[in-house]
Amino acid sequence: MAALIRDYRVPAGVADEMIGADGKVRPVWQPFLQRFAKLSAEDIARRFNRGDRYLRDAGVFYRQYREDGPTERDWPLSHVPVLLAEAEWQQISAGLRQRADLLEYVVRDLYGPGDLVKKGMLPAQLVAGNPAWLRPMVGIDPPSGHFLNFLAFELGRNPDGSWFVLGDRTEAPSGAGFALENRVATMRTFSDPFPHGTIYRLAEFFRAFRETMQGFDRHPDSRAAILTAGVGTETYFEHAYIARYLGMMLLEGEDLVVEHGRTMVRTVAGNKPVSVLWRRLDAAFADPLELDDTSRIGTPGLVNSIRSGHLSMVNALGTGVLQTRAFLAFLPRIGRELLGQPLALPNIATWWCGALKERDYVQAQAHRMMIGDAMSQDLPFEADDGTIIAGRYSDGRFADVSAYLAARTGALVGQEAVSLSTTPVHENGRLVPRPVMLRVFAARTAQGWSIMPGGYARIGSSDDATALALRRGGAVADVWIVARRNVPTDRAATAERQFQRATPGLLPARAADNLYWMGRYVERAEGLIRLVRAYHMRLAETGSPDDPRVAHIAAYLGRTGVTLDDAVPGDILGQLQSAIRCAAKVRDRFSIDGWLALRSLESEISGLRMPQPGDEAARALGHMLRGTAGFGGLVHDNMYRFVGWRFLSIGRALERAQAMTWLLADFAAPTAPEGSFDIAIEVGDSVMTHRRRYLIETNRNTVIDLLALDHRNPRSIRNQVSSVRRLVAELPGAEVNGELSELARAALRIETRLAVADPARLDTDRLISTARSLGRLSELLTRTYFT
Amino acid sequence: MLYDIRLATTYTYAAPSMQARNVLRVLPLNRTGEQLRLKGELSFDPRPQDRADWTDFFGNAITEIGFQQPLTRLTVNLRARVERLARAPQLDLSPTRPRLAEELAALRDLHADSPHHFLVPSPRVAFDPGITGFVGAILMDGATVLAAVRDVGRALHETMRFDTGATDVNTPPAESFRNRHGVCQDFSHVMIAGLRAHGIPAGYVSGFLRTEPPEGKPRLEGADAMHAWVRVWCGAELGWVEYDPTNDVMVGADHVTVAMGRDYSDVAPVKGAVRTSGHHKSRHAVDMVPLSG
Repeated sequence: MAALIRDYRVPAGVADEMIGADGKVRPVWQPFLQRFAKLSAEDIARRFNRGDRYLRDAGVFYRQYREDGPTERDWPLSHVPVLLAEAEWQQISAGLRQRADLLEYVVRDLYGPGDLVKKGMLPAQLVAGNPAWLRPMVGIDPPSGHFLNFLAFELGRNPDGSWFVLGDRTEAPSGAGFALENRVATMRTFSDPFPHGTIYRLAEFFRAFRETMQGFDRHPDSRAAILTAGVGTETYFEHAYIARYLGMMLLEGEDLVVEHGRTMVRTVAGNKPVSVLWRRLDAAFADPLELDDTSRIGTPGLVNSIRSGHLSMVNALGTGVLQTRAFLAFLPRIGRELLGQPLALPNIATWWCGALKERDYVQAQAHRMMIGDAMSQDLPFEADDGTIIAGRYSDGRFADVSAYLAARTGALVGQEAVSLSTTPVHENGRLVPRPVMLRVFAARTAQGWSIMPGGYARIGSSDDATALALRRGGAVADVWIVARRNVPTDRAATAERQFQRATPGLLPARAADNLYWMGRYVERAEGLIRLVRAYHMRLAETGSPDDPRVAHIAAYLGRTGVTLDDAVPGDILGQLQSAIRCAAKVRDRFSIDGWLALRSLESEISGLRMPQPGDEAARALGHMLRGTAGFGGLVHDNMYRFVGWRFLSIGRALERAQAMTWLLADFAAPTAPEGSFDIAIEVGDSVMTHRRRYLIETNRNTVIDLLALDHRNPRSIRNQVSSVRRLVAELPGAEVNGELSELARAALRIETRLAVADPARLDTDRLISTARSLGRLSELLTRTYFT
Repeated sequence: MLYDIRLATTYTYAAPSMQARNVLRVLPLNRTGEQLRLKGELSFDPRPQDRADWTDFFGNAITEIGFQQPLTRLTVNLRARVERLARAPQLDLSPTRPRLAEELAALRDLHADSPHHFLVPSPRVAFDPGITGFVGAILMDGATVLAAVRDVGRALHETMRFDTGATDVNTPPAESFRNRHGVCQDFSHVMIAGLRAHGIPAGYVSGFLRTEPPEGKPRLEGADAMHAWVRVWCGAELGWVEYDPTNDVMVGADHVTVAMGRDYSDVAPVKGAVRTSGHHKSRHAVDMVPLSG
């Protein structure tokens, strides 16, 4: 152990998580370090690798916005957790509960009587001039009884060892889902012989919160869901993850519609009520009618649904006002007034420059201040260009502090340029100290505020211990709250033993639409690969692009807009990426393996060195086919048969049937060049079957029989149409008053037509008419379920 | 003065609008000592499935309507009778600007009438160096706030040209000011931006204007549609004063107030969210006729 921490030098003047004020390793770290010290370098590498691989396989990433567009980044896990003793944690938790109650008190007043302003506890201009204070919400009591239900706090440790709050996150705090993943990855890294029994578990926190949300429900047929800003937001992965983890619907604004004051989800089975929304988008965007009228992601009428008592928002709309930086200057006094004593957990020292005395103080102490926007919702270290730190702008220029303060007065706050404690990070075979900040989540439950026991810390990338180090990227680590003895198994684990199968969830129309089109696009990509491969195989055989068969395939592709200037046309990647875009919007309903299969196929194709036309291209395309087949297998074998799976499968079947119909209309036409029948059979993946079933040469009748009419051939039109008909019969509303729906009738009609058809009479005209019927079937499906 | 007010607006949608939902602020306000709504009927054709009426933060009457069936056309009809009470002539009891700032700092109030709502940029009123500079050159040290309102208003009226075709409902004040033209909405937004930037609380008022002028007086601009003007907080003693920069007049018996807010976004007569791909067009008819002398 001595070797492991020999070079560990805590920067002067700050506290450290591992090394106590006495210079010795804190007791809570000792069992961990003793085991860590025994690991060989190879073992450590292997363990870290295991954690990283878990995160990759679980598809944990975050989206980063940069000048050159958004990118998905690996989750930056720092493998060594931060360890805190249970006793210290209990103090922190008590302080946070007190603070959460204070915040509830303040926000209730701001949307109610406004006494804090009247009594001079909060300046009127910080509320009335605050874009986050939402006037339409004034006077509305939240139907759930509380404004705040889910919070996060950013905590730092002072040099003297005490903790303080850097910021309150009250709008729609993110990170709790990532904390769960931090935990799994870190536990896999530090598996046996590291003891796990003494570490407080995270799962109970989520279960209790879900129960609370479901408890808001006053209508038995209603439900709770998560409202996300959509796939474009930084934390969409987390929204999808939590939705899947808690078994809640993940909705976007356009999934919802308000009818008679009630908020309804547009599902494939009609509009169904929701009464609780865990909101993961900024309040102003929630309703374009009463809030930001430029919002394109909101639901018109949502505010009125809340006003009429039918909808609870978690957190209530407008709670983001509490994140205002300048509020930190007033919360301590409000807390003292409310509690009769100082807050147990203070926040970062903050002075609002709208008052003369405070402004003078900030000016006099400018050398140890961050001076920034009073209305900012950002955390202190997220300094923007206008922030002055110790008298300088972020680009290093000196600032004229007194002129700046005099000109902008109440628009500014000064905040103490705080230091954080450090915590060990494993780097180049040794532990080094890095600044750390905890993000702690609090959820309101029937028993009061529940504090999530650890799970999430942000770690700075350099040894600069001022909070600013965190703004330059850095990493994330798990936080372990360690008890003296084994933590008792929580009560939810007992509850889990009572077996209960959840009622099948509702499928929002938009999700069904995306699943359907994902199915179509994947199938379309596969069909295209098969055709292009057939082209290259013929080219390899004949050696000439002018060969009639080769030219015929090229012309057929050309009519669909695909050119063969590249041996592997970009359209294949395009179709696949369309499928991925659809899949991205239904991450909560789609298996991680299926997602990874699509992504790895995408990276295979986009990373492909362009092969030579002919044999080489044919081989590369054959390899891609194994990828799409793998995806198909996953969908077929691993996806649970819920309604969403049916839409995905209908998409694939309909696309396949339609593609085959068009193919036969052309390649089985009397005008098609010799050898076209064989091409059709090859594209239809039916070469072997044809050889076995028909003892004669390929002719038009055998081709049509096998590829259009034979219900046993999974590539035939008939087989796929039958699948569609069966799947449609299982969709909601397939029967109306005991009669088949319009859609079910249309599917049955096409199937019947094929079932009784004679190969000789199924000519090109009839095939084209069948293809058009299939197109209308798709339109009918869209009209019935997706709009 | 007793007025009968009629408003009829018809919206026609190129493609049927699905799940249309709108909020309207068109009913004249009741304002103690200033105007009294004797009658006010708001009706729709076709009839909406959902309708809710309430009062918004600023005290305006607001109506939300929702349709489940696809909509190709919507007509909004308002019939109101309003008694407009003439205000007593205003003595200039307003303070100078430094004194106004002190009065503001002493005012601890979040009520709808509190000037604190009207001091900073709002959704449709961003500050603009051009406007700030223009207004700054007009303001004189030692002048009262009310005098400043008149001076700024007159200067804007003289500088900007009334032009119904030059701007649209989304034109930012910086742009209409740069081009020195616009309609009542633009005149009002520009004036609000200029006053706020110099610490004078200013808000936006929508309303109706008498269609035919009293005998011997010119017809005011903006009478053929809903009108807009400005309200300015002139200190604790005088309170709010209303001024119409489009016509360079203090607001009086010819103006009937419908809604008040920080800018157009708070008082827009109709806000709509329609799920439709096509464009829509609208046709308005406004009439405000005195019943007696």
